[in-house]
Amino acid sequence: MKPTPHESANLHVTGRAVYVDDAPSPHGCLWVHPVTSPVARGTLRYADASAARALPGVHAVLFDHDIPGDGLIGPIVHDEPLLSRGPLHFFGQPIAIVVAETRELAEQAAALVTLEIDEQPPILTIDGAIEAQDFLGTPHVIARGDIEKGLEGAEHVVHGEMRCGGQDHFYLETQAALVTPLEDSGFHILSSTQHPTEIQKMAALVLGLPANRVVCEVPRMGGGFGGKESQATQPACWAALGAWATGRPCRVRFSRHQDMAWTGKRHPFMGRYSAGFTDGKLVALKTDIYCNGGWSQDLSIPILDRAMFHTDNAYFIQDLHFQGHACRTNLPSNTAFRGFGGPQGVLVVEDAINRFAESQGLDAAQVRADSFYQEQQPTPYGQVLEGVRLRRIWKELRESSGYPERRSAEQGQGWVRSGIGFQPVKFGISFTASLLNQAGALVLVYADGSVQLNHGGTEMGQGLHSKMLKICAIELGVPQSKIRVMRTATDKVPNTSATAASSGTDLNGAAVKNACHQIRERMAKIRATMPGAPSFAQVALQCWINQVSLAASGFYATPGIGYDREAGRGTPFFYFAYGASVCEVNVNALTGEYRLVRADILHDVGDSILPGVDKGQVEGGFVQGLGWLTQEELINRPNGSAVTLGPSTYKIPSIGDIPRDFTVKLLDKAPQHGVIHGSKAVGEPPFMLAIAVLTALRHAISSFGPGPVELAVPATPEAVLRAITIQKGELPRA
Amino acid sequence: MFSLTLNGTRRHIRDVSPNTTLLDWLRERGHVGTKEGCAEGDCGACTVAIREGESWKAINSCLVPLPAMADREVLSVEGLSEPGKPLHPAQQAMVETLGSQCGYCTPGFVMSIFEAGHRPDLKGPENAWKLDDQLCGNLCRCTGYRPIRQALEQVAGTHPADGFQGQSPPIEALSYQAGEERFFRPATLEALWPLLEHHPKATLVCGATDLGLDITQKGVRFPTLISLEALPIGGLERRETGWRIGATMSLADLESAAPLPILTRMLRYFASRQIKHRATLGGNLCTASPIGDSAPVLMALGASVVLASKAGERSVLLDDFFLDYRKIDLRPGEILAYIDIPHPKPNTLRGAYKVSKRREMDISAVSAAFVVELSAGIVSSARLAYGGMAATTKRASATEAMLIGKPWNDENLELAIAALDFTPMSDHRGSAWYRTQVAGNLLRGFYAETRDTPVPELQEGHIGTVQVSGPVETQP
Repeated sequence: MKPTPHESANLHVTGRAVYVDDAPSPHGCLWVHPVTSPVARGTLRYADASAARALPGVHAVLFDHDIPGDGLIGPIVHDEPLLSRGPLHFFGQPIAIVVAETRELAEQAAALVTLEIDEQPPILTIDGAIEAQDFLGTPHVIARGDIEKGLEGAEHVVHGEMRCGGQDHFYLETQAALVTPLEDSGFHILSSTQHPTEIQKMAALVLGLPANRVVCEVPRMGGGFGGKESQATQPACWAALGAWATGRPCRVRFSRHQDMAWTGKRHPFMGRYSAGFTDGKLVALKTDIYCNGGWSQDLSIPILDRAMFHTDNAYFIQDLHFQGHACRTNLPSNTAFRGFGGPQGVLVVEDAINRFAESQGLDAAQVRADSFYQEQQPTPYGQVLEGVRLRRIWKELRESSGYPERRSAEQGQGWVRSGIGFQPVKFGISFTASLLNQAGALVLVYADGSVQLNHGGTEMGQGLHSKMLKICAIELGVPQSKIRVMRTATDKVPNTSATAASSGTDLNGAAVKNACHQIRERMAKIRATMPGAPSFAQVALQCWINQVSLAASGFYATPGIGYDREAGRGTPFFYFAYGASVCEVNVNALTGEYRLVRADILHDVGDSILPGVDKGQVEGGFVQGLGWLTQEELINRPNGSAVTLGPSTYKIPSIGDIPRDFTVKLLDKAPQHGVIHGSKAVGEPPFMLAIAVLTALRHAISSFGPGPVELAVPATPEAVLRAITIQKGELPRA
Repeated sequence: MFSLTLNGTRRHIRDVSPNTTLLDWLRERGHVGTKEGCAEGDCGACTVAIREGESWKAINSCLVPLPAMADREVLSVEGLSEPGKPLHPAQQAMVETLGSQCGYCTPGFVMSIFEAGHRPDLKGPENAWKLDDQLCGNLCRCTGYRPIRQALEQVAGTHPADGFQGQSPPIEALSYQAGEERFFRPATLEALWPLLEHHPKATLVCGATDLGLDITQKGVRFPTLISLEALPIGGLERRETGWRIGATMSLADLESAAPLPILTRMLRYFASRQIKHRATLGGNLCTASPIGDSAPVLMALGASVVLASKAGERSVLLDDFFLDYRKIDLRPGEILAYIDIPHPKPNTLRGAYKVSKRREMDISAVSAAFVVELSAGIVSSARLAYGGMAATTKRASATEAMLIGKPWNDENLELAIAALDFTPMSDHRGSAWYRTQVAGNLLRGFYAETRDTPVPELQEGHIGTVQVSGPVETQP
């Protein structure tokens, strides 16, 4: 059967799909551009905008003191001045905005604003922040049993340090917004955001307005991946401020360089660990993990939390002590990115397992499988697991990939060596701030039987609208062709959560179902009064004639979840998604170049609502993880400015990087009780399956010499060559 | 004023700055299907097709100054199919395979697949590698590429009866001015010389794949541009002494003409299809980047450049053409007209290598080309040229000198590697340590690779730039 295409596919391929910057400029539209900090840390003493203001075509230059409402924003804690109040915290921090006739003019005028700054040496790294003891929020501890006894009693203990870098979202569409002032001192905001309610709230805050004066609408995004969860706010608020000050529409669009320079990334992490193993099983794990949060909180605390919720990954660990800290540094505030800290947490335990297996000459896959959770075992935070699918997945994937035979095959003898790796994943589904697990929908049936579907989720390519369309069609009993999915807008569904945490379908789908059921019940009563088998449209018409409402607002809140951060105990997740991968690489020891030759993935999406869409999420997530772990390398100068500002220097995977032999299967007959149509969330979990590539590389490298492999992440050709050279004993271990 | 054809409609253009890119012009006029993803020619969201001869060529519209499109036929995604009518096969394939997720890169992919549909050389398993090459200039962050590759496989080389068959119009001389900015495109050398004389500060341009970056990334407004694109110096000629490559021949054309395997090997990973359609050998040499990929190959082959001016021609050995970091021996009033490559002697070993963070569409950390001539097992000549190891493309002179007169064996190979005398820099593409290691290992790989085949060709699916598995133990 042919998979169902993406709901907007025809618009995508013809170039008629509209993104924010494609919307025509309204009459009198102006452009906004920021004046930004040329230092990563310092104090702004004085700013002179007279030359910029004197430029013909410049309408305003606005500073913090021009903000009519509250100039402090932020998704959880309001700790970010929209425009600097003097202290400068990162290279590129906005100090003022210029509003001008054209984008070029605004940029030109921004360069004319002179700044007097006292510069201070910046802190850019986790190590720097630890030395300065500069942290964001409070530490988080999750513990069970007696870790010291657990490590003492273990047969083998390995100590190590896992470090991973950041990752730019590299959504193909950069941040953009278009704000139009309305007749009643309201504002309409068109934004490329995963979180329209956040834009509405923050713009209202900045302008000193009640929320009902601001409407945020999202046509679609050209990719989000978390980068537009909290950080679409700044450009939208600048444009709103510009529109407020000038009374004219204002728009903004970041160039790629600006986007990469000004926005936050995936958090780099460092995790020190001691791991105890007995009978080839992980039995004790002590970790201290640190993330590089950048200059403000943004979402760093829940990201740190999710890293710690996933440091166990798929393994039951008897005695454990996890501690986490978020470091404050002079970088753009690092933010949500697919996995939300989960991948970094998983990397810690996988590094420990690889190190143990390599030092003992064991197959790491066996250690992993032997350490798998059993049904009804508790996680480190005390959530009892039900429906653990790890063993089933491993059994099926082992056979379909031929792992045992391939693992024991010759690895080669010359420069070219092969390696194979296995990676399971268990990923918790729900926002860990439990109150966010709510969603709304508004379904409108017209008297001719056509339907408008509104829900609180945003479309960024993940196929959410396609799934909502299918759910709505099934629940109402109409063909999909009768239903039109509307743009996400805060005047249709209020108080929404971000489309994030892989939760879009679970939450919004249930809300859509709820709305459809209300309408269906009302229509059923009318249908019962009609002779024969009337069509949906005939019943709709009869409802109208009988003065029966054909609109319904649906709502859903996830039941039975909650977490006590102080105690490190609770049930933060409604359920878990599972998956696994087997990857094989060939490595060339002359240059460190390598090729991923084969990847086999088996992933659990419950009963898939749209298998084509879900498969696309698994493949895309895997390849994005592959990029993070192997070639995407963010580089800053000592002064905190970024070297990697575009695709010429920052290399995301291209078509030649994916394996020719690439098999993705969805776990068959795997309904998830209590979730919309028996499905499971899919956005984030597959990202971690790419860790199999690291394990495969380490396996190949281990053929050059004994002992654990010292492979840095991202595993660029240089990192691989360095690891091989260390393995041969020609470079010292760090 | 000049005109071009956009999606079948003739468009007359006046009062538009010659520093306006084709992409900006399209979007400002409401053709917003073509997207900007990076404005540096690396992501391909801006891809459109231009007709050349009987085929279509995908190019990056973000890098092209608009007047360079004068007289040309441009096809953007909106022109492929009409609303309400059936989709073009390239579009249909992307729908069916679920090749679009967020859709932002999709128009660019569609245009690259459209070009592939009209390419005659993509059928069959022996051409499978060309499929990666075809799309390596289009980045997608959502799909992981598998469905897009499937869409490409469905369409490539099928010559769809889509009504886009035809012949490109001739490219004529152009003299265009908007405000104080000028763009000249002479069609003969006779017309070029007075332009060079009257506009001594003019900037020479051909495909603009490098110059376009100055416009989009540095905000440069060139007062006067002189395009060499219409000059009759774009051909390839086999002469008695060697190959003469026209400076303005596109790299894609050079790649398919394939005069020398070592050149073909370098061009495979030179850049994306879009870039290779516009970039030229002359341009690559004149930008004089120390990491330009063509220079090491040409230098190893002993190539010369022919510099032409009103006064006549002079020939300069490429070794002498690069004076310093981004400095070349090109005098006012001169252009680089041809590259002469002497026919390699039959008994020479030849190899070209490139190492970069990403295999495709990346700038090299180290590139190298080696040409070693043997007489009865003794090295009679050695030209070992490296990119990425110094401020210019540079030959390893000490190593070459050391090798000459010595047997080409394991022992001397190791001595040659030890004699490599570079102090490369550390940057985001590679550390000095890495560059030094790789420089030696490439020579080691070349030695192994040419043992049985003097001029090894690139094999599909190779693991690294060196394509042999090597000896069991390689260290002395």
